[in-house]
Amino acid sequence: MHVNLFDRYQETQSFLHRLDPRVKVLATIFYVVSNALLPDGAWFAFFAAWIFLLACNALSKLGWNYTLKRSLIALPFALIAITVLFTTKGTPLFSFELFSVHWALSLAGITRFAAILIRSWLSVQMALLLVAATTFPDLIHALEHLRIPKVLTAIIAFLYRYLFVLTDESFRLLRAREARSVAAEGMKRGGSLLWRAKNAGNMVGQLFLRSYERSDRIYQAMTARGYSGRLYTLNPHEMKSADYFAAALTLTFLSFIQILGRI
Amino acid sequence: MLYSPTPLHIPDGFLSLVVSLICWIISALIVAAAVSRVNRSLDERKIPLMGVMAAFIFAAQMINFPVAGGTSGHLLGGALAAIMLGPWAGILTMTAVIAVQGLLFQDGGLLTMGANILNMGLITAAIGYGFYRLVSGRSSKTVKLSAAGIAAWLSVMAAAFLASLQLWLSGTSPLRVVIPAMLGVHALIGLGEALITVFALGFIFQTRPDLLDETQADKGGKTWAYVGGAIALFVVLLSPFASADPDGLERVAEDSGFLHAAQSAPYQIIPDYAVPFLGQTALSTIAAGAAGVVVVAAIVVLVARGLKAKP
Amino acid sequence: MAETKSTADVLTVRDLCFSYPDGRAALQGISLALREGEKVALVGPNGAGKSTLMLHLNGILSGQGEVIVAGRRLAKENLPFVRASVGLVFQNPDDQLFSPTVFEDVAFAPLHMGLPEAEVRARVDAALDAVQMSAYRERLSHHLSVGEKKRIAIATALSMRPSLLALDEPSAGLDPRGRRTLIRLLSDLPLAMLVSTHDMALVKELFPRVIVMDEGRIVADDTTEKILADEELLAAHGLEKP
Repeated sequence: MHVNLFDRYQETQSFLHRLDPRVKVLATIFYVVSNALLPDGAWFAFFAAWIFLLACNALSKLGWNYTLKRSLIALPFALIAITVLFTTKGTPLFSFELFSVHWALSLAGITRFAAILIRSWLSVQMALLLVAATTFPDLIHALEHLRIPKVLTAIIAFLYRYLFVLTDESFRLLRAREARSVAAEGMKRGGSLLWRAKNAGNMVGQLFLRSYERSDRIYQAMTARGYSGRLYTLNPHEMKSADYFAAALTLTFLSFIQILGRI
Repeated sequence: MLYSPTPLHIPDGFLSLVVSLICWIISALIVAAAVSRVNRSLDERKIPLMGVMAAFIFAAQMINFPVAGGTSGHLLGGALAAIMLGPWAGILTMTAVIAVQGLLFQDGGLLTMGANILNMGLITAAIGYGFYRLVSGRSSKTVKLSAAGIAAWLSVMAAAFLASLQLWLSGTSPLRVVIPAMLGVHALIGLGEALITVFALGFIFQTRPDLLDETQADKGGKTWAYVGGAIALFVVLLSPFASADPDGLERVAEDSGFLHAAQSAPYQIIPDYAVPFLGQTALSTIAAGAAGVVVVAAIVVLVARGLKAKP
Repeated sequence: MAETKSTADVLTVRDLCFSYPDGRAALQGISLALREGEKVALVGPNGAGKSTLMLHLNGILSGQGEVIVAGRRLAKENLPFVRASVGLVFQNPDDQLFSPTVFEDVAFAPLHMGLPEAEVRARVDAALDAVQMSAYRERLSHHLSVGEKKRIAIATALSMRPSLLALDEPSAGLDPRGRRTLIRLLSDLPLAMLVSTHDMALVKELFPRVIVMDEGRIVADDTTEKILADEELLAAHGLEKP
C-alpha cells in the first residue's frame, strides 16, 4: 500500500498555502457556521458563499474547481434528509399514496432539502480546501495556538504519525488473510459468518497488542530523550500583516453574506 | 472502497446550528473533564499509549469482514477503546480519532464534530465501559466477553439513536423515518461491532491476560458502571417507544416549543414571552445589532494588528 | 558541562545484574568500560541481553550494580543529565521517530532538556548537518525511506550532544546503499559508540573492539581481529565469520 493514500495536502506555492494555519482553520469554521446561520431559501447568499469558495479555490492555485471535483463525499448522507421533501409543512405540489402513507411534495419541502444539501456541499468543500492547502502538522500547530489542550493535540499528532505505520500493518494482516483464504475448486469460500468475524476479531486483537507494545517502545524512546510527563513544542508560526488582513476580509465577506441572506 | 463513511459521521449542513452548538458544549465539557483527569493521573505512559491507540482504532476500522449481501462489518471501536484503556483515556482516544476523520478526511463535519464526538466517542465509551463494568466484575471469561459484546452492540445502537434525535431536532428528518432507518441499519452494524469486539478481546485475553486485569483495576470505578448502565437502560427503554410511537414523541417536542428552538438561529431562541415588553422582533434586532457590533469590532482589531505586524 | 579528563572512561559498567519481573535473569554481572571516542561492537545471539543492557545505559531500566556515564554515577537525581549524555537509538526507527515532522523529532530532546528556543534550533541544524540530512528539516517522517529514517533517528540523539551513542541494530533492514551511507556516517562521527548488531561485516569494517554477550554475560571482550579469528568462540555463540 502506498502511504500517500492518506495525504490530503497538495504541495504548491500559493497565497492560501502561505496563510497562517490559524487563520485558515478559523476562516473555515466561520464559513461553516455562516452557512448554518443562513436561512433556508436565501439563494443569493448561498450563491455569494459559493463565489467566496471559488475565490479561495483560485487563491490556492489548485484550480478553481479543485474542490468541486471532490465535493460529493457527503452526498450519500442526503438519503437521510430526503424525506423532508414530503414532511415539511406547506402547500402540496402533488401527492401520492405509498406504503399506506400519504406523501405530499411541497415547495417548502424542496426549499428545505435544497438548503440542507447546499450547506453541506459548500461546507465540505471549504474543509477539503483547508487540508489541501495546509500540512497536517501545521493544522496541529493551529489547534495548539487555539488553546486545544496539549494532551489532545499530542494524541492527534501521534495518531497522524502512526496512522501510516499501523494501517500498513493492518493491510499486511489483510493480505495474509487473502493469501490463506484459498478454497479447493468447487468448494464454498470463506466459511460461516461467525468464522469470518472471528478471523477479523483476531486480527484486530493482534493489531491491538502490536500497537500496545509499540507504544511501550515509543515511551522508552521518549524517555531516553528527556520526556518526563510534560510535552513541549516549538510553534513556528507568527501572524503577518497579510494574515490579519485575510482574516478581516473573510469576516467582512461573511457578514455581508449574512446580511444578504436576511434582506 | 477503502474508506467507507458510515451513517454515524454526520456531515456539516445536516444539523441545525443550535443542535450543533449544544452538542459541542456537552462534548467539550466532558472532553475537558477527561483531559484534566488524564493530566492529574501522572501516568507518563498514557500519552504515547493513547496516541498509538487512536492510530490503532483508525487502522482497525479498516479490517472488515463480509457480512451478507455486499455489506461488510467493521469496527467503530468506542466500546473496545474504553474497555481496554479505561473510560477517560478511551474518550480522549476516540475524540482524537473523530477529530482527524472530520478534519483530514471530511468524514463528518466540523460544526457537527461536537455531535459526532458525543455520539461515537462519549456515549460509546460510557455505555461500553459502564455496561461492561456493571456485568463483568470478577466473573468468568465467558461472562466478561458476553458483557463486552452486549456493551458494544448497545453502544452502537445508542450512538445511532442519539444521531437520529439530533437529525430530527434539526429538522433534517422526521422521527418516524429516521429512527427506524438508523436503528435498523445499526442493529446490523452493531452486530459486526459486537462480534469483532468480543473476538478481539478474546484474543487479548488469551495472549496477554495481564492487560485486561490492569485496566480492570484502573480508575473509572463504580460510578461509570452506574452511569453507563443507566444510559444503556434509557436507550433500551426509549428506543422501542420512539420507534413504535415517533409521532407521540414528536408531538411532545413540538408542544413544548423544543423543536422550534432547535431549528432556529441561536438569537431567536430566547422566547418572546421571556421579555414581554420587548417582543420578538425587537429582541432579534437587539441580538443582531450586538452581533454586528462584535463583528465590526473584530474586523477593526484585525486590520489594526495587520497594519502593525511584519509584512 | 561535566569536566572530562582525556583518559577518563566515558562509560563504566560494574557488576550489573537485572531480572525481569517474571524472574527471568537478563543480565548477570556485566562489567565493561568504554574510553572516549572508542567505537565498540556488541554482538551475540537474540536474547543475549544486548538490548536490555542498552536500556540500562540511561536508566530506562535499572538493575543492581553501577553504571557511570561521563564521570557520573547513574542515580535518580541525575537521570536527566545521564539521559542527555547517552544518545540511545532504538532498532526500529518508526519507534524512535514519533513526531509528525523531522524538525519536531530532532527538536524533541533539546526542548525537553529545557534549552532556549534559539539553542534548540541551532542544535537541530547541527544534528541534521552531522547526518547530512539538512534538506529534510520540514519533511514528514512517514515520507522517509528506511535509510533516511535511520539517519534522522541518529540525529534525534545527536541533538542532545551526548558523550556516548548507543545504537541498537543500526544496519537492520537497510539496502546495500543505505548500509554503505550509514557505515560512512558512523565512522565519521567523532563519538564513543556502543553498537549492538548481528552484522559481522559491519563489525569487521567499523569496530576495532568487540564484546560478545550470551545469556546475560559477557563471554569475550577483545580486539575484533582476535575475536573473528577465534572460530570456536564464534560457533559457540551462534556467530558467523563475515
